[in-house]
Amino acid sequence: MAEISKINDNTYEVPIGYRPGMRVPGRIFVSAALRDMVESGTIDQVANVANLPGIVNYSMAMPDAHLGYGFPIGGVAAFREEDGIISPGGVGFDINCGVRLLRTDLQATSVQPRINTLIDALFEAIPSGLGATGRLHVSDQQLTDVFINGSKWAVEEGYGVEADLSHCEESGHMPGADPAQVSVRAHKRGRPQLGTLGSGNHFLEIQRVEEIYDEPVAKKFGLFKGQITVMIHCGSRGAGHQICTDHLEVLSRAVKKYNIDIPDKQLACAPLGSPEADNYFGAMVCAANYAWANRHIIAHWTREVFERYFPGSKLDLVYDVAHNVAKIEEHEVEGKRERLYVHRKGATRAFGPSRSDVLQAYAGVGQPVLIPGSMGTSSYVLCGNDRALDLTFGSACHGAGRVMSRSQALKLFTGQNVKAALNRDGIVVKATSPSMLAEEAPQVYKPSGDVVDVVHNLGIATKVARLVPLGVSKG
Amino acid sequence: MIPFEYLEHTADIKFRAYGKTPAEMLSNAAAALFKSMVEPATIVVNETWKVELKAFDLEDLAYQWLCEIVFLFETESAVFATFSVNLEQDGTESMRLLAEIGGERIDLQRHSFENEVKAITRHKFGIKKNEVWCIQVILDV
Repeated sequence: MAEISKINDNTYEVPIGYRPGMRVPGRIFVSAALRDMVESGTIDQVANVANLPGIVNYSMAMPDAHLGYGFPIGGVAAFREEDGIISPGGVGFDINCGVRLLRTDLQATSVQPRINTLIDALFEAIPSGLGATGRLHVSDQQLTDVFINGSKWAVEEGYGVEADLSHCEESGHMPGADPAQVSVRAHKRGRPQLGTLGSGNHFLEIQRVEEIYDEPVAKKFGLFKGQITVMIHCGSRGAGHQICTDHLEVLSRAVKKYNIDIPDKQLACAPLGSPEADNYFGAMVCAANYAWANRHIIAHWTREVFERYFPGSKLDLVYDVAHNVAKIEEHEVEGKRERLYVHRKGATRAFGPSRSDVLQAYAGVGQPVLIPGSMGTSSYVLCGNDRALDLTFGSACHGAGRVMSRSQALKLFTGQNVKAALNRDGIVVKATSPSMLAEEAPQVYKPSGDVVDVVHNLGIATKVARLVPLGVSKG
Repeated sequence: MIPFEYLEHTADIKFRAYGKTPAEMLSNAAAALFKSMVEPATIVVNETWKVELKAFDLEDLAYQWLCEIVFLFETESAVFATFSVNLEQDGTESMRLLAEIGGERIDLQRHSFENEVKAITRHKFGIKKNEVWCIQVILDV
């Protein structure tokens, strides 16, 4: 078996031949310390993705890579339009799971004394956790509008303001939605869950800007030391999960029909241009738009809560990024511009200043790249660099990445002691279930700073600011 | 024979469920799936749901069955504790599953929730028969 080789301090290559059928090598972007945390199963998954037809350059894994299903979490791969494929395994069940960052005009010193009340009010205002139903009751027709128009629908309905739209990736509504490809079952799951945070690693966090690394860019993003920010992490809820489940079934049959050899059933896919591929893409866009609307609604209710406790305060959107999605993008491949289907599964787009997709307000500095930490650890704001286009099709990591299983976490921690430890660090946590707190203990994740340093040192994105949590609302 | 066991997995939930018959294995798999979501001891059975599914083979039928439980949990706002499964051959080319699920509507005061299962993955999903039937499942949470 071919051996993994070190290319530089932050890049390792998985050579063709590491696993049978690889069309291109794999690239894992990790430091030596993080390399030791990458499980062999994750490397196998990087190699498996390299088997898929039409893959360009490398099958890649970001520094937060860990074991997924089909693609690894932190996996990035791009496929040529002429002979490539699209795979739900490269997007995940939680389509357009993503992160939104709001900046306030408030100083931490004025918010900190009221943090308990504020977190309680946010926990109350934003439905979260298993079994919770939303505050909204949308009809099937309205849901179809959400699938087509995403955040634009939310703004038209009075959630958020027009200016928010330009501060979302894809302006919060990706073109190409095909609601006819969304099943009745996905409608049934999606209808009651619009405007809900969900559970697991999803959260709403009140943070303080602790450190500024790049003053001019921070200024452009409207960030300053001591400022209060709000981070929202959630996705497309049951609608997205069901859309992925439904189309996985169709694409499982498509691999037989089109004679595609896949090493893992979760890598089911269809050739680009086939009806199966088009239908999945159209449905996936619907889920992506649902997720943008969902984060938009949650941000609106967050603003309402802040208005109650801090009248006249302003919460402006810094940016909203998707980290589970497949997108059609133009990239340079061997000196030629090509249209590629870039799959990012647990990876954030990190476009540099040369891309026209970067919004006007941030022209010249690249898009904000939002990297949440684990509960209790720092989150980071970076700005995308053009170097990322050469290295990773303009992609960065999406978080810290798990290193410990949930069952192991439950053996080592209890919800109570996790909460107490966070309280000692001055962090208030409100959650629906104590076991969930134990499973999401800060120790189960890689250190977020180490992961972000790899991205920074490779020149994919540059560190702008570090945010520390003051209060967390979890599902 | 233990009905099911959870295995180590960094990010998600992995389990194996067993049965002397495929039907018993599917009943135990449903119990394993649901126990990862809600503590069964907190559930009172006072309502039943009927499920009927059809597929080409046992593996597809098993996958559909577990997906159906996640779907019913969310859309019926109900929690389940008993899973009675019957399998029958449907002609030469397909199999049919008939099941009755027992449970109750969600009561947030009483039910203690664990993980949110987003979906049943196809990754390393499989059924084997040695001394007993065994299904392996990884849940996306």
